[in-house]
Amino acid sequence: MSAVIAVEDLAVRFSTDHGEVEAVDGASFDVRPGEILGLVGESGSGKSVTAMALLQLIRKPGRIVRGEIVFDGRDLCRLSEEELASIRGAKIAMVFQTPRTALNPLITVGEQVARLYALHGGLSSAVSRRRAVDMLRLVGIPEPERRSRQYPHQFSGGMCQRVMIAMALASAPRLLIADEPTTGLDVSTAARILDLLRDLGRDTGASILLITHDLGVVAATCQRVAVMHAGQMVEIAPVRALFARPAHPYTRALVRSIPRADREVTMEPIPGAVPSLLEPPPGCRYVGRCPWVEDRCRREKPSLSEHAADHLVACFAVEDRRAAV
Amino acid sequence: MTFLIYFLRRLALVVPTLLGVTIITFTLTYLLPGNPAVVKAGPLVPPEVVAEIEKAMGLDQPAWVQYWRYISGVVQGDLGTSASTGRPVLEDFQQRLPATLELTLASLLIALVIGIPLGVQSAVHRDTALDHVGRIVGVAGVAMPTFWTGLIAIYVFFYLMGVAPPPLGRLGAGLEPPPTFTGLYVVDGLLTGNWKVVGSALHQLMLPSIVLGLSVMAPIARMVRSTMLEILESDYIKAAWAAGLPRRRVVYGDALFNALIPVVTILGLVFGFLMAGNAVVESVFAWPGIGNYAITSLMTKDSGPIQSFVLFVAVLYVIVNFVVDIVYGLIDPRIRLE
Amino acid sequence: MADIARPPTSSSASLPASLRLIGLRLRRNWPSATALAIIVLMILAAVFAAWIAPYDADATSAEAALQAPSLHHWLGTDVYGRDLLSRIIFAARVDLAVAFGATALALAIGATIGAISGLHLGWVDLIIMRCVDSVMAFPAFILAMAITAALGNTVTNVLLAIAVTQVPIYLRLVRGEILRIREMEYADAARVVGNPPWRIVFVHLLPNCLPPIIVQATLAMGYALLTMAALSFIGLGIRPPQSEWGSMTAEGAQYIVTGEWWLFLFPGFAIVLMVLSFNLVGDGLRDFLDPRMRGVR
Repeated sequence: MSAVIAVEDLAVRFSTDHGEVEAVDGASFDVRPGEILGLVGESGSGKSVTAMALLQLIRKPGRIVRGEIVFDGRDLCRLSEEELASIRGAKIAMVFQTPRTALNPLITVGEQVARLYALHGGLSSAVSRRRAVDMLRLVGIPEPERRSRQYPHQFSGGMCQRVMIAMALASAPRLLIADEPTTGLDVSTAARILDLLRDLGRDTGASILLITHDLGVVAATCQRVAVMHAGQMVEIAPVRALFARPAHPYTRALVRSIPRADREVTMEPIPGAVPSLLEPPPGCRYVGRCPWVEDRCRREKPSLSEHAADHLVACFAVEDRRAAV
Repeated sequence: MTFLIYFLRRLALVVPTLLGVTIITFTLTYLLPGNPAVVKAGPLVPPEVVAEIEKAMGLDQPAWVQYWRYISGVVQGDLGTSASTGRPVLEDFQQRLPATLELTLASLLIALVIGIPLGVQSAVHRDTALDHVGRIVGVAGVAMPTFWTGLIAIYVFFYLMGVAPPPLGRLGAGLEPPPTFTGLYVVDGLLTGNWKVVGSALHQLMLPSIVLGLSVMAPIARMVRSTMLEILESDYIKAAWAAGLPRRRVVYGDALFNALIPVVTILGLVFGFLMAGNAVVESVFAWPGIGNYAITSLMTKDSGPIQSFVLFVAVLYVIVNFVVDIVYGLIDPRIRLE
Repeated sequence: MADIARPPTSSSASLPASLRLIGLRLRRNWPSATALAIIVLMILAAVFAAWIAPYDADATSAEAALQAPSLHHWLGTDVYGRDLLSRIIFAARVDLAVAFGATALALAIGATIGAISGLHLGWVDLIIMRCVDSVMAFPAFILAMAITAALGNTVTNVLLAIAVTQVPIYLRLVRGEILRIREMEYADAARVVGNPPWRIVFVHLLPNCLPPIIVQATLAMGYALLTMAALSFIGLGIRPPQSEWGSMTAEGAQYIVTGEWWLFLFPGFAIVLMVLSFNLVGDGLRDFLDPRMRGVR
């Protein structure tokens, strides 16, 4: 089963007044056809940067320093802007975390969807407008005909997010990146948006990369999870395996921090500060908070290796323990 | 409906401001030292005569009565009589206003046509050589007095290179003004197909409008740049990139359209700069507009025209700002529909 | 995304590191540093004009009339044979003095009325703010022109006229800050209850107001210089024989058609240099003093 998108050793750096910040340090993962992959981590762990890197939208002072992103058999990092134009928004679409501000305030909602049909589908403006109304109906906007002529400020946050999803799906993309799509929405609206994403993903066959800091969302929505910590990918596993047998000490702390009885589960802060990403040490970035830290962890960076079937972990201690058994 | 409320609320703000403006100009004209009766009577006139003139001018009345007379006179178009031309100030104004209007519009056009693209390009190519040059031009443009740049322009383009006509008014020597439709020589020349007049009017207009235009171009470019920078970082522009919209469309469509809203709001301010700059530039280029008229009248100690000019500009400024507010409300659906 | 692009702020920033940062900021902001040096030099030149100026600014000489810039007269001479450089240096006295005076006067009046307006609110505030609206309904230069025309051309009147046009800047600034503090007062009553008013002014108001006021005053110096020069240029401000950059430019304008370019160019250049310097220093101070504006250019 070949992946829709395969990311290998991706690293993104930002130049700041204080020095170089490596926001993503050697992230590797893939998204498989039809699946929803959750990408979790605390804020500042590099999730959103990773998402922008997939679309080649890292802007100055940031840049991709190494790695490859293979989509459709081509490395996106090596494509020209013209070649990317046929992918961005067309084959890989994105839903942002701030629906209210991610819509252009001066353009009607219907036009914002319709122009994507015109752009990516080459449809006439009349047809595009009809298709836009259909799509708005599909994502659950009531009275789509009338509401398509309204402006974003006349929509609620949840409705704006539905419009964003309609925009993302207008081009029938193969990969949909949803960056914290439920931030700022109330719990029931958030649940409905997630249901909608899941259903539409199934119906259209699009794979979804769901970026979130909320393990509850992951448990309810995703098939697999990738866990990021301070720019490094620490563990990738199927959802059940990750919750039942978390291997990396960071993931273990994460899962432990979930209040079991509560269904509204949110990641609790892990003890210890998130390490500074400013010129970080060469090794594992969890050393400051890790109970199993060894000397080697500070010098060398552990790479993802197979821990169990379809379960990758980047940790020397975990490797050692497995070897010892 | 909501827009009507917005409109009325803005209108309600205009009234007290206009009242304040007229009180200030009234104070400057009538209440300050330098008894107008003495000025009118001339020096070496016995006090009884002055008192008589005072009475005739109503200067012995309480201030509010004088203000009432002043304001009712102004409303009826009575701006007094110019001592230097001997005609009603209003007539002098009407005759000279088209010249000022032509220069102002040409300058505004130049400022917008250069300022907006410059601001956009500086924002898009942030921190590149182009941005730095743009910023230096902007900072320098604000620091240079228009009378100085005007003189340099005259020296270089008229005296040294000879490509500009002598800085003496709106038309070259020996040309008759076109028949009046709008009063703008360029437009009237075009309407009557008088190409010679159009050419000469444009030629005369060239230096003063460039000098004035460049002086207000800087704030426009600066405003466009900073709002563009903000908007280019906004979520909806990120979303537009991610949706694969072409670069040109994102920058000059989505982003610029949003950036123009704050630019519209500073157009009022720009108009104020233009009016202020006008007075000076008109006097440098002997441009027969109302600013030049007001300044010339100063030389003859004739304060009527200058105070009327100030009142006129202030009222116009208030009206322009009101119109700008309304246009702003019309462009932005958040105000129009909320 | 945003929280990554922002440099991490470590609470335990060591002293050498922050010093290095200041150094970095100064080096990056070399235009502002240079501008500050120019202002200081110009002030010194104005104060010590009698020692610095190569010639007596008022000494006329028929044989030295209308000389182009040379080694003897760096910036040339005017029709009376007066040395232009010396005149420009002496003119700096009146130009800078009026600009400083007008700014200080506007600051004093504006801050006082602003404080009254902000502390009394209600009718007082309403009337004051309507007056401010009316003053601001005039383009600044036009109002200064009207006031000088009404009062008569003297140095004091020019100073007064410029000050009036700048009063609203400080008035609104101080009033806004007081309103902000009043709001805080309700939210954080315990800290302010029982504090005498002077304490509020010195503990809350001044530290908050001072940075923006300093920035505004610096930028306003540039405007004041421009306004005064333009007033003098059109014959409304300071008049010859008193040396002033604007009126000197106006004098020089008469010699354009005979090609004596230095007479209008250099006095005007002095204005540009000073206005540019004040603007650059103001921008630099804003970056430095106002943390909200830091990084925003």
